[in-house]
Amino acid sequence: MIEILETGPFNTVQDLGRPGYRDIGVSASGAMDSLAVRIGNSLVGNDEGAAVLEIQTFPFRLHFTDRTVFAVTGTDGNPVLDGIELPAWCAFTAEAGQILELRQPPKLARAYVCVAGGVDVPSVMGSRSTSLRGGFGGYAGRPLEKGDQITVGAASTNIPLPASGLAVVEPSIALQDVVPASPDGTLLIRALPAGEHGLFADDGKAFWDQTWRISSRSDRTGYRLSGDAIVPTQTVEMRSHGVVPGVIQVPPGGEPIVQMSDANTAGGYPKIAGVIECDLWRLGQARIGSRVQFVRSSHAEARAVEKAVERYIADLRQTIPMVKRALKAMA
Amino acid sequence: MIATVHTHMQPLTVIPVVKDHARISAIGSRSFLLEAPGEFDLPAQRRIWALSQTLKGWTDLAEIIPGMTNLLAIFKKTPDDPAEVIDRLSKAWHGALSIDLAGKTIEIPVHYGGQYATDLPALCDLSGLSDREVIRIHHEATYRVFALGSAPGFGYLHGLDPRIYMPRKTVPSLKMAKGCVTIGGMQTGVAMLTGPNGWNSIGFADLQMFDPQSPTPAMMAPGDIVRFLPARIEL
Repeated sequence: MIEILETGPFNTVQDLGRPGYRDIGVSASGAMDSLAVRIGNSLVGNDEGAAVLEIQTFPFRLHFTDRTVFAVTGTDGNPVLDGIELPAWCAFTAEAGQILELRQPPKLARAYVCVAGGVDVPSVMGSRSTSLRGGFGGYAGRPLEKGDQITVGAASTNIPLPASGLAVVEPSIALQDVVPASPDGTLLIRALPAGEHGLFADDGKAFWDQTWRISSRSDRTGYRLSGDAIVPTQTVEMRSHGVVPGVIQVPPGGEPIVQMSDANTAGGYPKIAGVIECDLWRLGQARIGSRVQFVRSSHAEARAVEKAVERYIADLRQTIPMVKRALKAMA
Repeated sequence: MIATVHTHMQPLTVIPVVKDHARISAIGSRSFLLEAPGEFDLPAQRRIWALSQTLKGWTDLAEIIPGMTNLLAIFKKTPDDPAEVIDRLSKAWHGALSIDLAGKTIEIPVHYGGQYATDLPALCDLSGLSDREVIRIHHEATYRVFALGSAPGFGYLHGLDPRIYMPRKTVPSLKMAKGCVTIGGMQTGVAMLTGPNGWNSIGFADLQMFDPQSPTPAMMAPGDIVRFLPARIEL
């Protein structure tokens, strides 16, 4: 069992989401940084899609009532276990009674607490993700609160974790060859032009050329971008159509909105672009107030990045149990 | 049709509507939106329903989301050759015959006017009709559920009389109540969640239309016939 000792608002149980019900209006939800979930679960011996805690407001503290194998991923900061700093992206064993504390990541937005066996809340429509809008899934369909007691599932692996823990090379390093970096720290996110791109002057120059700021009116549903307003050269009354996370819509005010994990399933605002799926985890770690620029990409590039990410995860999932077995044999 | 996909760093060209050609554009690298040419009407939607049936046989698709005379196809992975996908979608559209979905009939009692009808006066101003006429025109029509989306179980209804079309708001209402009977452009529907909403409310319906624990969570399905019954008119 995990007991929540301290939490801010909007920390939730998430997994890889609830796809498959958009056609009845149900958002997929799921972790903002899905890669951190897949890696964290791989570290603790779970299926990639086991449920985890998504922490986006800090400080956050929990109490392990039992001996528990856990990993904190996503964050660029260090989790603290009973007052001792530990590296992130690393699996450890917490003893019964130990307290885990997460502080605001230095640059990033979100941390994930993954436990062996997964967070055991009821599966609703095939997922344990919290649907905040719908008020179902996750822990009682709501964000975590102080005093919540959350059950941990039975761990499936019988290969013990090495006493000193087990780490992975985190994605920002492992995937640096396929991730663009800017000299001034602006987050570069790759996107493809979408349906109404042509309605914006000069081939959408004002959208692609400027650096946008992620406004304070941003959450898991979407990021509102602040900058010089962009307006289409003609107004169109669109028929509602399906949308996916990453779609960049331009409402009448001219400040774009990027839909994120809790994306609405349908929309009717003109859309200028769509973030390539394999960059969504990076955007999911962007903080309110941080700067982002969109880089025009191609399907070929998106496919190449997607393959690199899948190779990285496949390598981890193959290597982690091998290392555990080898260390067990040596012990 | 000719789908133009250039080499690296060149954008996917949006295929414009020409005659019977559907317009196909990308959202991100895995999703493609096909928009039917022509009017916003039942014949176009019947072809979308037919296309949706065809696409159910495609094993490389993760999800199919029929919209209002359009369809979003979400692929499991980024296609190696987007031109091939566009060509395949285009051919499927050309081959899609009209099908009608055998729907059930849903009758929804509505309290027209009153405290929830926040946009009824504006609709009267826009249409030049009296509040009684607006309400009569709304409840006398028969609607079809074209698609579900936006909120869990929300049905986009087609069949609104053009005299009471009303554009979506530029600034959405911040907290419109679940149950509000609303008009958004040429569409109508019943709000499923309390929250921000850009549609215009003319009444209220107290009806449970979504249950996540049920094997069939949404009460409405595409093809269903919907009638609004004036349970009460408060002006």
